[in-house]
Amino acid sequence: MRERLEADLHAMWRIRAFEERVQAWCGSGDVRGSVHLCIGQEAGPVGVCGELAEGDALFATYRGHGWAIARGAPLRPLFAELLGRATGVNGGRGGSAYLSAPEHGFHGENSIVGAGASHAVGAALAGRHDGTDRLAVTVFGDGAMNQGAVHEAMNFAAVLDLPVLFCCENNRYSELTPIRDMMRGDRLTDRAVALGIPAVRVDGNDPAAVREVVADLAEAAREGGGPAFVELVTQRLVGHYVGDPQQYRTRDELAADAEAEPIARAQAALAREGLDGAAIEARARDEVDRAAAAALADPPADAARVREHLYA
Amino acid sequence: MPESTLTVNYAGAVNAALRRCLADVPETLLYGEDVAKPGGVHGVTRGLWKDFGDRVFDTPISESAILGSAVGAAMMGRRPIVEIMWADFLLVALDQLVNQAANVRYVSEGRLTAPLVVRTQQGNSPGACAQHSQNLEAFLLHTPGLRVVMPSTPQDAYDAMVAAVHDDDPVVVVDNRTLYFGEKQEIVTGRPVSRIGGSHVRRTGDAATVVTWGAVTHQVLAAADRLAEQSVAVTVVETPWLNPFDDDTVLRAVARTGGRLAVVHEAGVCAGFGAEVVTRAAEAGVLSGRPLRVGAPATRIPAAPELAAALLPDADTVHHALREFTAA
Ligand SMILES: Cc1ncc(C[n+]2csc(CCOP(=O)(O)OP(=O)(O)O)c2C)c(N)n1
Repeated sequence: MRERLEADLHAMWRIRAFEERVQAWCGSGDVRGSVHLCIGQEAGPVGVCGELAEGDALFATYRGHGWAIARGAPLRPLFAELLGRATGVNGGRGGSAYLSAPEHGFHGENSIVGAGASHAVGAALAGRHDGTDRLAVTVFGDGAMNQGAVHEAMNFAAVLDLPVLFCCENNRYSELTPIRDMMRGDRLTDRAVALGIPAVRVDGNDPAAVREVVADLAEAAREGGGPAFVELVTQRLVGHYVGDPQQYRTRDELAADAEAEPIARAQAALAREGLDGAAIEARARDEVDRAAAAALADPPADAARVREHLYA
Repeated sequence: MPESTLTVNYAGAVNAALRRCLADVPETLLYGEDVAKPGGVHGVTRGLWKDFGDRVFDTPISESAILGSAVGAAMMGRRPIVEIMWADFLLVALDQLVNQAANVRYVSEGRLTAPLVVRTQQGNSPGACAQHSQNLEAFLLHTPGLRVVMPSTPQDAYDAMVAAVHDDDPVVVVDNRTLYFGEKQEIVTGRPVSRIGGSHVRRTGDAATVVTWGAVTHQVLAAADRLAEQSVAVTVVETPWLNPFDDDTVLRAVARTGGRLAVVHEAGVCAGFGAEVVTRAAEAGVLSGRPLRVGAPATRIPAAPELAAALLPDADTVHHALREFTAA
C-alpha cells in the first residue's frame, strides 16, 4: 500500500517535473512550436500504464508526454526529441505532438484528434492474428468523443470483440471550449454503452482507483470480452497549449482544479501516514534534471539526413 | 458599406472581411471549432460572436459534420463560412468537399448550389509537427468545382474573403498562418465586391517570369529584389486565385520574358500546382528552354525547425535557384 503510493507519487513527479522543464524550455526558446502539457493529468498515465504488459500497444494524443514516460520511454531521448536533437526518440522528426517510442510499447502520439482510436483497433486485430493476447490502448480527450472516427473505431472493435481499451481523459475542455457546450449531458460513458461496450467512469486523479478499474477491464478484454471504455475524470492545470492564456476559465475553477490534482493529493495521503513526499519529489527532479542536461548537450538533428526514411 | 481604410495585420484583415460579410449578407453563418466565444485559436474571428449572436457559433470537433452541414445549409439558401482549423484536418472530412460540395451544382444542373466558404490555414511554422505542416492546395485543385484562393497580403486577404462569400460556389480560402501576425498595413475596405479570380504583377523585368502564390510570395519578392541589385530583373506574377487561374496574365508575362518561366510554391513539387502552370505554358507554346519549379521535395515534413528549414524554400534558396536559372 505504502510502497504503491510512493511509487505512484514518484512516477507522477517524473512526469510533472518533465513537463515543467518543457514549459520552461518553451519560454526560453529551446523548444519551439506548439506543445500540449499534461500537468494535472499525471494519474491517468501512471494508473493505466501500471496495468499494461510489455507487449501491449498504447496510442496517445499530442498531450502524450506523460503517457510515453509512464510507458517507460527514457527521459533523455524524449527531451531530445522536443529539443530537435539527433538523439531524440524520432531524431527530431516527431516533435512534441507526434513522437513515438515503439520499443517501449508507446506506438505514438497523434495530432489529429481521434485518429489513434482506429490504430488501436488494428493493433488488437494484429494481436489476434499473431496469437498474442495483446491489449491495445488508445487515449483521447473528451472533445475527441465528437469525432466520427472514434465512434467508428469503438463500434468496429465491439463487433469484432477486440481487446481494445478506449481511455478518454475528460479534462472538460476541447482546446478553449468546455465540453458542456459541445455535448448534451455529461455522461461520456453512455456513448460506449450504446455500442455495447462496458464503460466505467473513474476518478482520474487517483492512480490506485484507475489501476483497479483498468485491471478488471483489461483482464476481461484479454479474455475475449471485447473492448472496454474508461473515462478518466481529470483536469489540466495549464492551458491547452503552452502560451494559452486560459481566458475561458474562472479563478474559482482553477482553484478547485488545483485542489483536486493528483500530486498534491498523493502527497497529502502520504502525509496522513506520517510520511513526507519531499524526498520522492527531489529524487524525481534529480532524474529529470540530469536527463535534461544530457539532452541539451546532445547534437542537433542532422539536416543532411532529413530525406532518409521515407521509403525502405 | 462606404469605402474607407483600416490599418490591420493579415488576421485583422480577415476579421474585417468576415465582419463586413456578416453585416451585409444576412444569409451568412460563421462556425467552426473555437471560432465564436474564444474568437479562434489564432484570434482571427475575435469579437464576431458578440456582434452577430447565434449566426456565429462554436462546433464540436467534428470536421465531417462541419463541412457536411455547410453543404446542406448552403443548398437551403444560407451562405455558411466554416473554419477548418488546420488544412491538415480537411483530410478527415474530404468527402464533404470532394464528393459532396463540388458535385452539388453540376449534378443538379444548377437547380441546387452550395455557396459555402471554407476558411483554413496551412504552411510550416517552426516546431509544427508533420500533421500540422502540409500545403494541400494541389489536393483541392484536383477537384473541379472547388474554387481556391491563397492570399499573401492583408488587402488580398480582405478582398478574397469578400469575393468568396459573394460567390455562388464552394470556395476554399487558404491562409498561411505565418502571415497572420505580420506587419499592419493600410487596406481599403468597403469597395464594391469584386469577382473571384485575378492576379498581381508584383515586379516587372525581362529575365524571366516567376509565378507564385501564398506566403512564399514574400520570399520570392525578396529574392527578386536581390536579383535586381545584381542587375537581373524578373517579372513576378502573384496568382492568389488558383481556381479560377489567371492564365492570360501568366501566359502574356511568360511570352514577354522570352519564354522563361519559374514557379515557386511552398507545397511539394511532385504533382504540385506548379507542374500544372508549367504545362499550361508549354501547351500554349510560350515556353522556351527548360522551366524551373521550386518547392518542397517529396518528403514528409519533420518537426525540428532546422530539419524543416532544410526542405522548405526560403528567400535564399529561391534567390539561388532563380540566379542559376536566369544565368543559364
Ligand atoms: C481532426 C482535428 N480537428 C481539430 C484539431 C485541433 N485540436 C487540437 S487539440 C483539440 C482539442 C481536443 O480536445 P480533447 O479531445 O478534449 O483533448 P485534450 O486536448 O483536452 O486532451 C483540437 C480541436 C485537431 N488536431 N484534429
